Amino acid sequence: MSPPLLSAEEEGGQSNVSLVSSSSTMDCISQSGSGLKERNYLGLSDCSSVDSSAVSSLSEEKKNNLNLRATELRLGLPGSQSPEREPELCLLKSGKPDEKPLFPLLPSKEGICSSSQKNVVSGNKRGFSDTMDGFSEVKSSMYTEGNWMFQTASDSEAPQSVGQGKFSGNSGMNVALSPRPSGAQPAIMKELPTKVLQQERPRGTNGTSHNPKTASNNNNSSAPAPKAQVVGWPPIRSFRKNSLATTSKNNDEVDGKPGPGALFVKVSMDGAPYLRKVDLRTYATYQELSSALEKMFSCFTLGQCGSQGAPGREMLSESKLRDLLHGSEYVLTYEDKDGDWMLVGDVPWEMFIDSCKRLKIMKGSDAIGLAPRAMEKSRNRN
Amino acid sequence: MMNYFPDEVLEHVFDFVTSHRDRNAVSLVCKLWYRVERFSRQRVFIGNCYAISPERLIDRFPGVKALTLKGKPHFADFNLVPQDWGGYVQPWIEALARSRIGLEELRLKRMVVSDESLDVLSRSFTNFKSLVLVSCEGFTTDGLEAIAANCRFLRELDLQENEIEEKKNLWLGCFPDSCTSLVSLNFACLKEINLVALERLVARNPNLKSLKLNRAVPLEALQRILMRAPQLVDLGTGSFVLDRDSDDSETYRKLRGTILKCRSIRNLSGFLEVAPRCLPAIYPICLNLTYLNLSYAAGIHGSELIKLIRLCGKLQRLWILDYIGDKGLEIVASTCKDLQELRVFPSDPFGAGHAAVTETGLVAISSGCPKLNSLLYFCQQMTNAALIAVAKNCPNFIRFRLCILDPTKPDPVTMQPLDEGFGAIVQSSKRLRRLSLSGLLTDRVFLYIGMYAEQLEMLSIAFAGESDKGMLYVLNGCKKLRKLEIRDSPFGDMALLRDVGKYETMRSLWMSSCDVTLGGCKTLAKQMPRLNVEIINENDQMEFAHEDSQKVEKMYLYRTLVGPRKDAPEFVWTLV
Repeated sequence: MSPPLLSAEEEGGQSNVSLVSSSSTMDCISQSGSGLKERNYLGLSDCSSVDSSAVSSLSEEKKNNLNLRATELRLGLPGSQSPEREPELCLLKSGKPDEKPLFPLLPSKEGICSSSQKNVVSGNKRGFSDTMDGFSEVKSSMYTEGNWMFQTASDSEAPQSVGQGKFSGNSGMNVALSPRPSGAQPAIMKELPTKVLQQERPRGTNGTSHNPKTASNNNNSSAPAPKAQVVGWPPIRSFRKNSLATTSKNNDEVDGKPGPGALFVKVSMDGAPYLRKVDLRTYATYQELSSALEKMFSCFTLGQCGSQGAPGREMLSESKLRDLLHGSEYVLTYEDKDGDWMLVGDVPWEMFIDSCKRLKIMKGSDAIGLAPRAMEKSRNRN
Repeated sequence: MMNYFPDEVLEHVFDFVTSHRDRNAVSLVCKLWYRVERFSRQRVFIGNCYAISPERLIDRFPGVKALTLKGKPHFADFNLVPQDWGGYVQPWIEALARSRIGLEELRLKRMVVSDESLDVLSRSFTNFKSLVLVSCEGFTTDGLEAIAANCRFLRELDLQENEIEEKKNLWLGCFPDSCTSLVSLNFACLKEINLVALERLVARNPNLKSLKLNRAVPLEALQRILMRAPQLVDLGTGSFVLDRDSDDSETYRKLRGTILKCRSIRNLSGFLEVAPRCLPAIYPICLNLTYLNLSYAAGIHGSELIKLIRLCGKLQRLWILDYIGDKGLEIVASTCKDLQELRVFPSDPFGAGHAAVTETGLVAISSGCPKLNSLLYFCQQMTNAALIAVAKNCPNFIRFRLCILDPTKPDPVTMQPLDEGFGAIVQSSKRLRRLSLSGLLTDRVFLYIGMYAEQLEMLSIAFAGESDKGMLYVLNGCKKLRKLEIRDSPFGDMALLRDVGKYETMRSLWMSSCDVTLGGCKTLAKQMPRLNVEIINENDQMEFAHEDSQKVEKMYLYRTLVGPRKDAPEFVWTLV
């Protein structure tokens, strides 16, 4: 069983690297880890048992990451697991042409059909290679949508069609990958369509229990498909169904605020040339949001995203970014309904998304005067 | 004694008898009463447009002024009836026009209405006052232009959930300047509207009491309209969002001021899109509301929704999305003590695992709102215990429709079917007239229904039952049954044919994806010539297998006095 060993070693070897890089989300392309990454994929793609063992070893790696992370000053509650990072999203979102060629390249390299899904991922930073699940989920969802950009637009469309497409794509994955560590769940949650994430949210906030999430995930993947196929069930007039679908789409466009399928808010960052939008409903915890934002904005922080730099440089960038985002340099703030700028992390997640109108990544120096950091507060509470 | 009264006196007495059923009963007393009643009847209700012909209607009731017609079967709402099945209003309008009937009001539900029909309608009846179209289709804004332009005394134009093709956006401008008689206008189902024409129309119609706007009307326009119409009783906001270039705070301030003056509003709906920070503008009128319909307001949820509900202490009817959640329903229960009707619609019909409302919310409502008599509840799950509690708390149900999104789901606590729960409902609500079932159900629930649901008139069954006995319990026990619709349930020929005379006491029976066979349907049709037994066969068109043992995919039968209809499409086969 050399492949698993190999991958375990890889993981061991990689964990050093990834400890440094794991918190960085910017890694949009194959970097230092690319050589390592390839081996990783071979190991993972050999067979499902290998996959799961690789997966579990990866999760251990992640736990290592988590421990380190837990010591960093970050938004969110201590002790909660680090969510999976979203692979390739940065790549696609930033839309830089450099990154795109990676996609077609990798399939031929791998030569395995399932790995073609990972192609999307393999261009990513290592963190994503942690669980094949996450990747395949992402891949299928992304390929379903074309790219992430499209996904955002279509998220708010008729939920049932989106759901159907994605569920059928993912159900296979879920079944194969059921013995996933719970750490892997959040990323997968994120990759699934917003609808599913909404459903997951009540469970997601509970955090770590594996089975319910898997079960619910499986439910999500298996149950909606048959339901959606039953003509005329549930018994709702088509006029109402269509109207609700239109409304959610319009709400999304109009105010950037409430809609059953998505809750998009603007995210700005000091010094970034343009703003982004995130769908708050795709996250269940502050940590998920935080790491998603890291990925999104690491591009700006480090300049050119996707340049095929030397491994050394990439590692450096990652660590620098980590410092930037998690050290004292930047804080995440939001504007609430009353127009006040608040520090993210003080109130329960549900309350937060209810009142958050927009987000801003401020320089730490500008944030002096906002409430004491959430971490400290929650530590005190705990 | 009454026979010695002149007809005029009888007529005058009958004027006080208004409900259709009572007037029908009056007409059966004796030939004299039949005669007096029929000439004095002005309002006629025809629940199935194929049960009678326009000619016979006109013959019996030459004085008809207000007509209600219903076309397609109820399950057409859920895409179970193919396009072009039927339900055309054209022959009715043509016949009424030919006979110079003084038609003033027309109310249509699930019918196919063409632009030509609307045109003929608008030109043939000089006193025409009221057009209400519910779930209809087949017409465009051209037809609306004709209505607007030609009906000089129009009081009511109410378009509810129709499929209307929107061509030019001119129809509202076709109301002449002399049109000042409007009392009710509802165009919420359209996508566009001419705002200028709308504001001018509202300005010159001071009797407007009911106005339901569509999503093309932003807040600024709403504010101007409400300025002109503070007398409104029934308001459907369109969007509740600001135009992008408007000055938010100024508009909000004006809106709030205007709404404060609208003290008569009792019914509120719309909010097809919402800017939540503008919602507080309507808080002042919430305490007057008796009907609140937020079932299209996907943009109101969470704390905003709760805030709104808390202010509506006088609500009698509440339509809402399941965003409200069980917790929200508890707040409804503690706030709306006069609540009689509750409808909770699913925000996410095909989503699994999103437990928006469950049995908990329903139990809370039942214990807080004992006057509850009408319920439509889409939920993730239900338990027998909850239904039993609801039955105890609310013995006054007239309508009880429960839809568990997973149609064969058992009680999640006991894993038992929901027979006992529904049994409790029918046993305790002795005046129950309409019932829809869902969840895992055996024949037992039908036994209960047959035993206790003495007033039941309409029953909807889906994915329920185990054998023919189930259907038989219902047919034998429910003496007042008028409409029975069944899908995906194991009822077959034995149940269908046991008591064929029963169907002439009912309006209609729908069975789809059940076990009835072609042979069974043929037998029924042969024995009952006054039933139209229609087989809908979409797949084969003309090529029926003609095998009597073959199961019939969709069967719709109804009593009729005029034989098989002549407008049936190719895929509908009326058995004789």
